[in-house]
Amino acid sequence: MKFTVDWLKNHLDTKFSNNQIIDKLTNIGLEVESFESSTSELDTFIVAKIINAKTHPNADRLKLCDVDIGRDKTIEVVCGAPNAKNGLLTVYAPPGSIIPKNQMKLSVSKIRGVTSYGMLCSESELLLSNESDGIIELKNNKYANKIGEKYFKNTSEKVIDLSITPNRPDCLGVRGIARDLSAAGAGKLKINKKSNLKYRGNQNINVTIKKEKAQGCTIFGSCLIKGVTNKESPKWLKDKILSLGQKPISAIVDITNYVMFDLNRPLHAYDADKIDNEIIVRNSSKGESFEALDNKKYILENDMCVISDRSGVLGLGGIIGGARSGTEYSTKNILLESAYFIPRSIRKTSKQLNIDTDAKFRFERGIDPLSIEEGLIKASELIKQICGGEISNLDVNKIENYKKTIINFDPFLFEKTTGFNVENKELIRILEKLGFNVSKKKKILKLAIPSWRPDITQPIDIVEEIVRIKGYEHINTSEPIKTRLKPTLNYYQKLFHFLQRSVASKGYLETVTWSFTDSKINQLFKENDEEIPIVNPISSDLNVLRNSIFPNLLFYLKKNLDRGFKDISLFEIGPAFKGKNPGDQLTVIGAARAGKVSRLSWNDKERIVDTFDVKKDVIQSLYEAGINKDDIVIDDKTPSYYHPGKSGGVYQNKNEKNALAYFGEIHPNIIKKLDIKTEGLVIFEIYLDYIKDSKQKIKDSKSEYKFSDFQKSERDFAFIINKNFKSQELVNIIKSVDDKLIQSVRVFDVFEGENIPEGKKSIAVNVTIQSEEKTLNENDLENINKLIISSVESKSGAKIRS
Amino acid sequence: MSDIKKIKDDYIDKLNAENNVDKVNNIKSELFGKNGIISNEFKKLGSISVEERKKLASDLNNVKDELQNKISIKIQEIETKEINLKLEKEKIDVTLPERNIEIGKIHPVSQVIDEISSIFSEIGFSVEEGPDVENEYNNFTALNTPDNHPARDMHDTFYLDNNKELLLRTHTSPVQVRTMLKGKPPFKIIAPGRTYRSDSDQTHAPMFHQVEGLHIDKNINMGHLKGCLNYFIKEFFEVDKIKMRFRPSHFPFTEPSAEVDIGYEIKNGKIVIGEGNKWLEILGCGMVHPNVLKNVNVNPSKYQGYAFGIGIDRLGMLKYGINDLRAFFETDYRWLSHFGFDPLDVPSNYRGLSR
Repeated sequence: MKFTVDWLKNHLDTKFSNNQIIDKLTNIGLEVESFESSTSELDTFIVAKIINAKTHPNADRLKLCDVDIGRDKTIEVVCGAPNAKNGLLTVYAPPGSIIPKNQMKLSVSKIRGVTSYGMLCSESELLLSNESDGIIELKNNKYANKIGEKYFKNTSEKVIDLSITPNRPDCLGVRGIARDLSAAGAGKLKINKKSNLKYRGNQNINVTIKKEKAQGCTIFGSCLIKGVTNKESPKWLKDKILSLGQKPISAIVDITNYVMFDLNRPLHAYDADKIDNEIIVRNSSKGESFEALDNKKYILENDMCVISDRSGVLGLGGIIGGARSGTEYSTKNILLESAYFIPRSIRKTSKQLNIDTDAKFRFERGIDPLSIEEGLIKASELIKQICGGEISNLDVNKIENYKKTIINFDPFLFEKTTGFNVENKELIRILEKLGFNVSKKKKILKLAIPSWRPDITQPIDIVEEIVRIKGYEHINTSEPIKTRLKPTLNYYQKLFHFLQRSVASKGYLETVTWSFTDSKINQLFKENDEEIPIVNPISSDLNVLRNSIFPNLLFYLKKNLDRGFKDISLFEIGPAFKGKNPGDQLTVIGAARAGKVSRLSWNDKERIVDTFDVKKDVIQSLYEAGINKDDIVIDDKTPSYYHPGKSGGVYQNKNEKNALAYFGEIHPNIIKKLDIKTEGLVIFEIYLDYIKDSKQKIKDSKSEYKFSDFQKSERDFAFIINKNFKSQELVNIIKSVDDKLIQSVRVFDVFEGENIPEGKKSIAVNVTIQSEEKTLNENDLENINKLIISSVESKSGAKIRS
Repeated sequence: MSDIKKIKDDYIDKLNAENNVDKVNNIKSELFGKNGIISNEFKKLGSISVEERKKLASDLNNVKDELQNKISIKIQEIETKEINLKLEKEKIDVTLPERNIEIGKIHPVSQVIDEISSIFSEIGFSVEEGPDVENEYNNFTALNTPDNHPARDMHDTFYLDNNKELLLRTHTSPVQVRTMLKGKPPFKIIAPGRTYRSDSDQTHAPMFHQVEGLHIDKNINMGHLKGCLNYFIKEFFEVDKIKMRFRPSHFPFTEPSAEVDIGYEIKNGKIVIGEGNKWLEILGCGMVHPNVLKNVNVNPSKYQGYAFGIGIDRLGMLKYGINDLRAFFETDYRWLSHFGFDPLDVPSNYRGLSR
């Protein structure tokens, strides 16, 4: 909402300075976006100084000037003026300026082979005089310290631009703003002059509001103005329209716009001679069409509120008028409309047709239904004054009577809500200034709500009115109440933070990427999940919700590789979507490592990252987050985007359905499809939701502390075993021989090839044996050894290597 | 006696000249071995008179002690010398680089969420979450923003179906709805998370982060709201004083509503929070609208309280001097390394919010 201070003062008697008004507006909830002069074409012309004028290399009569325009660097301008010389202060027009004399727009141009940035101006070019022989010579004493400043003072009045919240349609007019300011003590609201307009004759175009279901119009007021001379608006009106940031059109259109912004009362003027007999306000039928004032043709759906005549649709009520009945300079007789349209209906129609106009913006927020006549009178007066003509009696058709809203307000609610007290007297004064009609019934205030405040429907709205006018600075700052109702974080929230920082501590950079991604990349990772398209994506390559973290993570990994980074570890923790309903999402960590370990190390051998690097990262992170490491089981079934032979799944125990995590190399086909160029690429993912909450705090879950001081022995075994036999199983077989005595089993060598039969491998394990009860003698140890060998041989088909 | 003394003097000289442990050991057996010179002298004791024996034995013992002592000192001396010589040869260039360090980082958004959670935890708030995909009811209708409400235009919503039933939440406020629907008052929660709006330019991203706050109890008023936010902003920016302004505004789900500005100035091209005469809007808040409370089965005549919504990314930008919002989500390795936080830097009250 834009307006000038002068315009405001048409409605408000105030001694406030401009800055006080600006502050007050913000303090009462009418946020000032800006307070600036409207821009002028003359703003671009600035004071400049010629630093150095030398002869143009290709033209003796032209000069090449280095010009100081108040920036870091001088610019070069080609100038033909004989008086251009070193040290001269003059006026400079940069490219883009419009020269007043010929209305030409300057552009960067080459003059005789040398580029000239802008131009130095003569008085005649700026319409200051007829002097055209040379460029302007400015006086040193006046302009020497103004280099870079505007040459022309911008005399246009400063415009206040307010950002009006959707609950305040009344402040979409200057009078409403003035009323709010007066309530806040910024002045006195001027009383509207009583109109002494003389009416002659009746409005003889018949108006009918059809009683239909969901009729969007409840009141249609109008008058006829006969014998007008439409013309260009007078300067004062043009200036008002310009200050709104709009273009003046003709007196009649400008007047209706002016009244709309002045009183928040949209009006519409028809060329009465173009109306076919009568006005019918009705619902549209699907397929009807009309050409609107924006020169577009609209095809209507059922049940849109239209103003029509016998020939068809004239316009969309409260949204936009039609071209067929628009006023022109030649218009002689006009029908002026001032109506009430229901916000819901306006909103529905304008959304369907995608039209946004100032009238629509106002009607959908709610126009004062009692302002019908005020609007007609104010506009008629102005039309008569500017365009002449005779005004008919006002004709108001309605199918519904306005009912005043009454609210019973207990002033205690104010203190209960805001925490501070305002005397009843002041409270009533504020409400009355805002236009409320207040009567007292014991402690309760009976309030009649002003017709221009559709937003006020219940007592809490009254609290807001009082506190915003009184000022939010009166609200106390209470000490925060520290009472705690439950622990800050639950198990999964803690897990989130532990795992996030645990993964980062392994050298991964955390990133945050969009929750949406490119369906083409998502396709590679979605497995059996349904694709979740976004109906209105921001771009075609962000058109689905991500089913996995990896589409984005690998996309950005590639970008970093392309930037020249070779060794990259990245991860993200966030949602992966499994369906389109609320809650169909999992919290997942996705991580990727590319490149080499120990690259360019002078003492370590460099090698490509591999599956066991990420296996360490994932397992260690799970341990650190509190998952019992003895429970963890590894499997080799993984999603299809993993390398089928070099990837694994992690389970919390062996009967678990969902893997907690996967790790491994990414499938070579995907690397190829995504055109990722790197020596090695391994990934892992952790599904936080699949980790089981132990429901026990550490203080309750620690087992008894036991240790053995009896001597421990270590024995090494090497078995020849089927190549596909899993080491995890071998370890389990050994452990199960005697889980009291066998403290640990560690695979320390795996070997295939020379001396090992085809299809077999050699696995060497180190077994630690220790009793909690005694020192084991040779005999005991020998028995265990034998048991280990026989168990392994019988259960796995392995042979001990001799 | 003179014999013995001569032996002693000879061997002391010998030992002094010696530099080899093996040779010293040879001398040792020469003297004290089975047929060693000293051992033999001891053997002679049996064949002399008692008186002489006494004296000779004493002298012999003295010489023995002296020589043995000399031998052990000598061995130690030589060994020390040898070790020092060996260590001298083993000297390495310790200025060569250590094994490669892999440094991971926490994203600024995550760090700021942790900072915010830590601050609100201090005054008794707990953390709630809600889904990123919401239904139209929780995101709008329950929050007193019916379908025909112009306030909906302020949220450019991503939809997942043509009926506009399913959407990506445009703010974290639906978590209020979910929290209150599943529990009984009082409520005291914050809800950080991802939010989505379909606009994208230099200062807007289609995805960003908000933290919602909600405190509902019997007598929570706007003074508590002001106190809570004043506390939060001071703690967050780690300053003693903060210039803060509550300005009336409008949100359909709160009434009265306010926007909060903080004072700032630009010093040497950097933004300084809490001083100066410029205002920066950082959050929206207000008293939860009675209609919202009714929608979630809370009796507004018994319970009342406040809610607020803060842009997390924006706060992070202000605190850590980050200029470009879009860079948050572009995964530039250089940016993440530059603005990321050490994983051990867990914001907490006792150890400080940030280093």
